[in-house]
Amino acid sequence: MKILVCISKAPDTTSRIAFTDGDTKFDENGVQFIVNPYDEWYALVRGLELKETLGGSVTTVTVGGADNDPVIRKALAIGADNAVRIDADPADSFDVASQIVSYAKDQGFDLVLTGKETINYNSGVTGALIAEMLDMPYVALATKLDVDGGTATITREVPGGTEVVEVATPVVLSAAKGMAEQRIPNMRGIMAARTKPLEVVAGVPSTGQTSIVSYALPPAKGDVKLVDAENVAELVRLLHEEAKVI
Amino acid sequence: MRTDLYQGHDYYLLDELLTEEHKLIRDTARAWVKKEVSPIIEQAAEDGKFPKHLIPGLGEIGGFGPYIPEEYGGAGLDQISYGLIMQELERCDSGLRSTSSVQSSLVMYPIWKYGTEEQRKKFLPKLATGEFIGCFGLTEPDHGSNPGGMITNFKDMGDHYLLNGAKMWISNAPFADLAVVWAKDESGRIHGIIVERGMEGFSTPTMTGKWSLRASDTGELIFDNVKVPKENLLTGRSGLGAPLSCLDSARYGIAWGAIGSALDCYDVALRYAKERKQFDRPIAGFQLQQKKLAEMITEITKAQLLTHRLGQLRNEGRATSAQISMAKRNNVDMAINIAREARQILGGMGIINEYPIMRHMMNLESVITYEGTHDIHLLITGMDITGENAFK
Repeated sequence: MKILVCISKAPDTTSRIAFTDGDTKFDENGVQFIVNPYDEWYALVRGLELKETLGGSVTTVTVGGADNDPVIRKALAIGADNAVRIDADPADSFDVASQIVSYAKDQGFDLVLTGKETINYNSGVTGALIAEMLDMPYVALATKLDVDGGTATITREVPGGTEVVEVATPVVLSAAKGMAEQRIPNMRGIMAARTKPLEVVAGVPSTGQTSIVSYALPPAKGDVKLVDAENVAELVRLLHEEAKVI
Repeated sequence: MRTDLYQGHDYYLLDELLTEEHKLIRDTARAWVKKEVSPIIEQAAEDGKFPKHLIPGLGEIGGFGPYIPEEYGGAGLDQISYGLIMQELERCDSGLRSTSSVQSSLVMYPIWKYGTEEQRKKFLPKLATGEFIGCFGLTEPDHGSNPGGMITNFKDMGDHYLLNGAKMWISNAPFADLAVVWAKDESGRIHGIIVERGMEGFSTPTMTGKWSLRASDTGELIFDNVKVPKENLLTGRSGLGAPLSCLDSARYGIAWGAIGSALDCYDVALRYAKERKQFDRPIAGFQLQQKKLAEMITEITKAQLLTHRLGQLRNEGRATSAQISMAKRNNVDMAINIAREARQILGGMGIINEYPIMRHMMNLESVITYEGTHDIHLLITGMDITGENAFK
C-alpha cells in the first residue's frame, strides 16, 4: 500500500506568539518548530503501522521552504521511507492543497493522511480540498483506521458519538486524537534519516484565494472570579453578560 | 509527581550552535524521559530501586555509547550529542544518567578503546542495546581518591588469571552482566579485565541505606579467587592512565548532566515563583526571589558555554583532563547550589516529592563526590596551572 502523509510544521506550544509586518505575519523569530502534532502523532504513526502490517511505503509531503527540513527529518526519523518538499510559500489552505495535489496526482497513492488541523492555523480543510482536487472520497476526524484489500474501515467522531464508515480506497482522511500513540524516534531512526531521500520539487503558481488582513492576540486571561455558592443568580448573570457563554 | 512541564532554557541562544540532528537527539531524549521516566521516577527513588524496565528504551534513544562506531552497535555520534543525552537524562534524575554514563563511558569506552577486536564484537553491540549491562570497578573500600593504591590483583596462572580483591561504590553492580575491573598484575601494573557474571567466586552485594542516587543501584564487587579467561584482559593499554581516560569521558558527561539537574530546578522554581502569591502578588516579583532566579540562569548560562566549548574540544580530540575536571567541578557545584536555592524558593513545597528539587539536591551530593571529588578536581586544576602536585 502506498501511503502519503501530509506534514506541516507548527510552533512549539510553549512559543511566545507575536506578529510582524503590521500584524499580518506570524513572527517566526526565536520560535521553535515541531511537527504539527495531529500530523505526527496520529496521521504519520497510523500510516507507519499500516505499512508495517500490510507492506508498502510511507511518503511524507510538506509545502514550504528549507526551514521545514528539520521537521521533515524528524518524520523520516520516526519511520517514513522518503519525503517530498514542495518548494513554495503557500498563501492559504487552498494553495497548500493545490501544491500537494500537483505532486500527488500522478503518484497512485492508496491512502492520503492529514492531521485533522494544524495547531497554528486550524483551518482543518486541507484534507477535504486535496480529496476534491484528486477526486477521491474524504473522511474527516478519523479516530480509527483499518484497511483490508481495497476497503478502508474508519471510525470517526460525530457530535455525541462515533460513526463507522467503509470506503473504497484510494481515500483521503484527516486523523484526530486516538488514531495512534505517539512514537518517539529511536537512535537507529535518527541515523537512518540522515540518508533517506528528501526530494525537493518546484511548486505550481500560487492558487491562494484569501489573504491575511490582520492577526491579534486573544485578550489576556483575567483573574478567577469566585462567586458565593448560594448566589446562583450572580453566577448566571456573569456567565451571560461577561463570559457570554449562556 | 506533578505533570512534567519542563522546557529547556537557552538564554544565550546556544541552540544556534547545535546542528538540527543535535536538537533532534536532545528532543528525542527529552520526549522519552517525559513519557517513560518522569511519571515513575519519584516512586523509584522512594523504593530505592533502579527501574530496569527502562533499559531497552535507554538503548533505543542512544543512552548507551552513542559515540561508539556503528560497526560495534553504537550510533557514531559526536561528543556534543553524547553530552546532550546526558543532560536530558540527568534533567530527570542523576541516577538515570549514572546508569547510562557508566555503561557508555566506563564500560563501552574502555572495551572500544583498549579491548581486542573479539571483545569489541562480543560485548559492544549487546551493551549498546542494553541486552548486557556493565559496571566499572576502580574504587576500593580503602582507595577512593587514590586509586593507584588499589589492592585488587590478579596472578597469571598459565591458562587463566586468578583475580582477588574488592571494589566498592559501584553503580549498576547488583544487576550488571559484566564488570570492567581494574587490578594490578604481579608487577604492580594496573590492567583492565572483563569479569562476567556467573564466574565462580564473583559476587555483587547491593549497598543499601543511600540517601542519594536512590533510583540507581549501587553495590560492591567481590573477587574471591575468580578464574578469568585470558581473552578477557584489555590489552590495548595499561597503567592508571587507562581507567583515568575512561573517567575523562564520564566526567565530561557529568558536566553536561549537572546542567540538566540545574535546568530542572531552575525551571520548577521559576514557574513556582510566578504562580505562588504572597502579600497579594507573585513571589517572582520580590527582589530576593529575583536575585536567586537571576543568579541561577546566569550560572547555568556560564556552565552551558563552558560545556559546549569543551564538547567542541572533545570532538577535536583536544580537551585535556584538567579542562574536563574544571567543567565537572564547576557544573556540579553550580547545580547543587541551584538546587538549594530553588528549594528555598519553593518554601515548604520544596521538600515534598511532588517536586523534583530535593531529589536532585540529594543526588548531587553523590555527583559532587564521585568520579573525582570536588576537592580533587580543584587540585587537578591547581597542578595543571602551577606544575606542582598537591595530592601527596
